[in-house]
Amino acid sequence: MSLVFAGIMSHGPGMRARADRADPAVRDPFFATLDRLRERLEEARPDAIMVVAAEHFANFFMNNMPAYCIGMAEDYEGPIEDPEWLRIPRRTIPGNPDLSRRIVGKVMERVDVAYAEEWKFDHGIMVPLSFLTPDFDLPVIPANINCQGPPLTPLSRAYEFGRAVREACDSVPERVALIGTGGISHWPATPNSGKINVKWDREFLRRWTSNDRAALTSYTDAETLRDAGQGGFEIRTLVAVAGACEGSSGEVWFCEPIPIFATSGFAAVMNLEQESAAKAA
Amino acid sequence: MSLYALQKLLYELNRDPRVQHEFITDREAVLARFRLSEEEADAIRKDDIGMLYILGVNGQILMHFAAWRGLAWDEYIEAMKDALAKHGQVRGGIYAAVNGGGGGAV
Repeated sequence: MSLVFAGIMSHGPGMRARADRADPAVRDPFFATLDRLRERLEEARPDAIMVVAAEHFANFFMNNMPAYCIGMAEDYEGPIEDPEWLRIPRRTIPGNPDLSRRIVGKVMERVDVAYAEEWKFDHGIMVPLSFLTPDFDLPVIPANINCQGPPLTPLSRAYEFGRAVREACDSVPERVALIGTGGISHWPATPNSGKINVKWDREFLRRWTSNDRAALTSYTDAETLRDAGQGGFEIRTLVAVAGACEGSSGEVWFCEPIPIFATSGFAAVMNLEQESAAKAA
Repeated sequence: MSLYALQKLLYELNRDPRVQHEFITDREAVLARFRLSEEEADAIRKDDIGMLYILGVNGQILMHFAAWRGLAWDEYIEAMKDALAKHGQVRGGIYAAVNGGGGGAV
């Protein structure tokens, strides 16, 4: 079939772990927006959801770090964190190894992606799923981009990875939804946790919604570190979703700083129907 | 500096309940498998989250470890702030503090 949904959202553990400490005036409309995102996802009737995430040493370490990896397991367990800390109960989430295998094979035509038949989900995947598929019943195809252990894959390659993912999704009969998760600017897990560069976030999302490839991939890591913190390296996941939707533009549904979540709470979607309309014309 | 080994110990600990069990029953046995400096080993022995932060442990690895050792969120942030005041800037990795570690949502 093809890609039937493409969006991005934040994944900070605080969205669950410390939800009660967030200012309700911002938190409630943010969570309402995530409900709307879930509804949009459900309307797309996906057979599987591919989550492009920036994992945090749940599976991969510097002894053998893939720049890109796609999961190919029967099922996945998560969260790896203390469930009481994250406030998401530990459970098993279904995969679809056959679909994963076909997608990995197709992506390999463009990108030398690693695959993994074992994978534990951390907050980077569990938090988004807890909002988008709260029953954890939709088969998941996890994808990871190394955003933690430099050297990191260049942004231009993250965009290419997204293009390869799109080609793969378009080559299978299943209906695939795509969600990219990561912070924009943030300094998580440091004494500065809660610092957010709102202006930078809004500018990044402007580039994302206009799907301006050159502008999206022009940030150097030194600039990102200076202006958006080490957490800003996670924009790779969001850039990949833009790559998967080349030719489409998007809409920002929400972006407001929520310091106790350590990031801006944000949600945005790409309007995929624009592409099919352009192709039909 | 054996930051790689220090982080690997914590990585294995964070994801493997068997290592967690061993850590609780015989911490020295876990330590013996990794080539750590005395300073690093001591920080592990004492659950010194602040010192582990200064030594350069990746924040994501350390955040999980701190939660597992029972630190509440604010205690974890404070531990890093206190260590920064006492020992100075982070010595490795990508999680250095900015603006003297000011701000933060505590």
